[in-house]
Amino acid sequence: MALNQSFVGRSYRLPWVYEVGREGIRDLAYAIGDLNRAYRDPEVAKSFGHADIVATPTFATVLAVRSHHVVTDDPELGMDYSRMMHSSQRFINHRPIKPGDRLVCEVHVDDISSRMGNDYITLRSELLTEDGEAICSAIATLIVRGEKPVAAQEGDSA
Amino acid sequence: MSIATTLPRYGDVEKGLQLPSLELRITRRDLVRYAGVSTDCNTIHWSDRAAKAAGLPGVVAHGLLTMAMVARIVSDWTGDPAAIIDYQVRFGRPVVVPDDDEGATVEVTAKIGEKRDDNTVRVDITARFGGQSIFGRAYAIVRLA
Repeated sequence: MALNQSFVGRSYRLPWVYEVGREGIRDLAYAIGDLNRAYRDPEVAKSFGHADIVATPTFATVLAVRSHHVVTDDPELGMDYSRMMHSSQRFINHRPIKPGDRLVCEVHVDDISSRMGNDYITLRSELLTEDGEAICSAIATLIVRGEKPVAAQEGDSA
Repeated sequence: MSIATTLPRYGDVEKGLQLPSLELRITRRDLVRYAGVSTDCNTIHWSDRAAKAAGLPGVVAHGLLTMAMVARIVSDWTGDPAAIIDYQVRFGRPVVVPDDDEGATVEVTAKIGEKRDDNTVRVDITARFGGQSIFGRAYAIVRLA
């Protein structure tokens, strides 16, 4: 079940631009149960020094998850997606995401490894504006759990 | 150890300060809604059959959903969600979400772990489900006014 090691070092670019809208920002905020008005009310966001409403701190998810699929859906990688779970995630927010941003995403396969019967893949999704301004680096390690029940109970608690 | 009660300013916060705690409830409805918005439609997040086949005790919450919900302990405190400039979580135990009205309850606590330069602090976060930590390590770097 080992993942295809030759994917390490590969990079992909999502073939479209994600245009950030007010509705998208609001929908994700509601979906995570965060009712902070800075996601909805420009005046509240301005009181914190922003030009407009801001997206949630993990909003980059909407592009990062899509970029993961570009890699994990490739049959040559050999991933059993039904056994995939997140092992770790980091969002480095270079600046807040706001309405009107036109974002592109490049995903880099930084690492593939195997430990204790589980496979791990580290994907770094770099979100940029079309003009090349760095917006967010979203770094995910995904685990494809082995067949042992103990792993299913405890996940990756390392 | 003091507990924060007003919007924080860098000059006023110290290492060890406890943020107001947070109790989250996660139901199947939350998982379905999040799956749609995030495009993460992995079957282990909505099908008991698929979750069991994958060796899980039942349907589990998306790690990214839990991470996003937990971030509220910081953004409720700062007021400004964009104050979170770096946020990372190592996922330990999955949150199993039963198919009932109660859902799963996650208890979240946080404190200032480090006061850094450049008006930033490191907020160390603990989230518990069923009395056990669900994250191996979780912290946010927060820029304060």
